Amino acid sequence: MALKGWIEVNELHCKGCSLCVEACPQDVMSLDMDRLTPKGYHPVHLHAEGCTGCGICAIVCPDAALTVYREAKQPARVNA
Amino acid sequence: MATVLPNIVYQRPASLSTRVTHYCPGCTHGVAHRLVAEVLDEMDLREKTIGVAPVGCSVFAYNYFNHDYVEAAHGRAPAMATGIKRVLPQNTVYTYQGDGDLASIGMAEIMHAAARGENITVIFINNAIYGMTGGQMAPTTLPGMVTTSSPVGRDVESMGFPIRMAEILSNLDGAGYVVRRSLHDATNIRKAKKAIRLAFETQERGLGFSMVELLSSCPTNWKLTPNEALTFIEENMVPTFPLGDYKVNQEIARLRV
Amino acid sequence: MVKKLYKGNEAFAEAAVRAGCEGFFGYPITPSTEFLEYMAKRMPELGRAFVQAESEVAAINMVYGAACTGKRVMTASSSPGISLMMEGISYIAGTELPVVVINVMRGGPGLGNIAPSQGDYYQMVKGGGHGDYFPISLAPASVQEAVDSIALAFDLAEKYRSIVHVLVDGNIGQMMEPCEMPPMQDPSKRMMPDWAVSGAKDREPNILSSIYIDPVEEEVTNIRLLKRWLEVEKNEVRYKELFMDDAEIAIIAFGTAGRVSSTAVRQARDKGIKVGLFRPITLAPFPKDRIAEIAKQVKRILVVEMNTGMMLDDVNLYVQGRVPVEFYGRLGGVTPFPDEIYDEIIRLSENLDAPKPENPRLDWVNRLEKAIEGGK
Repeated sequence: MALKGWIEVNELHCKGCSLCVEACPQDVMSLDMDRLTPKGYHPVHLHAEGCTGCGICAIVCPDAALTVYREAKQPARVNA
Repeated sequence: MATVLPNIVYQRPASLSTRVTHYCPGCTHGVAHRLVAEVLDEMDLREKTIGVAPVGCSVFAYNYFNHDYVEAAHGRAPAMATGIKRVLPQNTVYTYQGDGDLASIGMAEIMHAAARGENITVIFINNAIYGMTGGQMAPTTLPGMVTTSSPVGRDVESMGFPIRMAEILSNLDGAGYVVRRSLHDATNIRKAKKAIRLAFETQERGLGFSMVELLSSCPTNWKLTPNEALTFIEENMVPTFPLGDYKVNQEIARLRV
Repeated sequence: MVKKLYKGNEAFAEAAVRAGCEGFFGYPITPSTEFLEYMAKRMPELGRAFVQAESEVAAINMVYGAACTGKRVMTASSSPGISLMMEGISYIAGTELPVVVINVMRGGPGLGNIAPSQGDYYQMVKGGGHGDYFPISLAPASVQEAVDSIALAFDLAEKYRSIVHVLVDGNIGQMMEPCEMPPMQDPSKRMMPDWAVSGAKDREPNILSSIYIDPVEEEVTNIRLLKRWLEVEKNEVRYKELFMDDAEIAIIAFGTAGRVSSTAVRQARDKGIKVGLFRPITLAPFPKDRIAEIAKQVKRILVVEMNTGMMLDDVNLYVQGRVPVEFYGRLGGVTPFPDEIYDEIIRLSENLDAPKPENPRLDWVNRLEKAIEGGK
């Protein structure tokens, strides 16, 4: 079963360069053409389910605009 | 019932400042900055690092890092870094330079810093063109490549051949770690980061001059989209500037990080 | 205190070491090379930084880098090497760093020769690098004076975050004279300034740069540099005078030209001629107020230099035509003898009330050419 991952896009930094779009192995990223960042770029977003939190998008991002999360493999114990 | 907590797989490194860079969208300067910052974080060097910024697109590099920085004259960063490291040997000193800065006007300074075995680290951004001044020919411009000062393509008869700095510097005995990597895809970026790590390890262990040459893109002046520019690196630059390890000190070769 | 016989360049180097210089970066060039060689041995002895750089270009940039750390650093070179350093000097000035640069001046322009000259006056005093900056320039005339000026140079450099040039005529670098060395200062006792780079531990990062891409910010910087210079002008003028109290003729000369002139002045005084010597120690800031006073007192001024008349322009600027100003110079590495200056003093004393010469420089060079042809 694939891990669930998700990203946060810092819209101050994202310049809509699309390097992550091309690099994403799951093809779940694209530029959001309905929105503009304060600098006037189209920010990237997840347009579909399927992010595995692999982090490749963050590896290629020139602006460190992406924070990548992934579900932990082992469920953590909280107040057990 | 157990709760699933998220792992952070990647977040912005602490050694990067929060400023938005002025680099063009898709410019791999940003990737190189990020990698240096990640390595400084991992090695816990931020508080003792002094960077030397070049003249070029990255003239404002000091705005994007969270550590002490000085600004050099064009090409003189290795000399400045030498001055700093000689009076502050306990600090970590690196230069960040482009191809005009390092291989043109700064050729004497980089050669002699390497020859003297200065314990500094050099991050060399090779994008085969002069970005900041609007796309002129660089010492690393490929034969036939069109630039504003080689408008019909670099003619080797009158304009000479590109210079391979990693190979040249690796021949100097003072060099401890001289490698060339590329930033054109995630796999190569991972390898580049490892190389940057080993370069700083070389400095921390006093093993001589270290340099990582990074094949980089300039989408704006190459007149390509960011992704096309990465393909240009892979298909056109790598054959002229082969990736690899040109000089690796034995201690570094044995290092497992 | 004990006086020892020292060769000029070595004395200055030892003086720099005692002033707490922690980094010397240079390149061999006659007639300054002994400075580098002395430092090559002495600095490592004390665990301080020494590098023979690959060129003067590299040397000044090493100085630039090391100066960013707040430590006392310097270089020494000679005219053609100083020209190479002008880029670095401008950057250092723009970054507002304390740096001491010694120029052991030689004949020029171009490769010139290795004989002493004062032809770098414009370059040193007005600043030969690009942009609006104001170097402090000291002009010692003996080995002792130069030794004393080194510590002063470091102090002034730090007080005003400025470049300080020490203009040493080539012969002063080479000659041996007895001099007293100042005591050794311990550089580790110095506090580093707030602005220095040292690793951003427990503080915001420091950035040292001379780029102000926004012209409005650059203007603010330029104003700051200017205001600091106005303070220097107010506080740091230094000069020496000989027999000026009742002088009717004033010789104005610096460095070796001043020293040679002092012999001529003494000879002339023995003959009863009311001549005095005014010798600036700081060429920048120029002793303009005192020169203006002298212009009100004397009947004639003779500027003596080992160049084609560079300080002459500055003297004229502050004399403002009140009295005739004449010129005597030797060029290209030729050093004047006292009897040449003495002859000039006699000539002036016999023509004390003669009208202002139209073109003193032209008159001088015509006389000089004739004298040279005559085999003098």
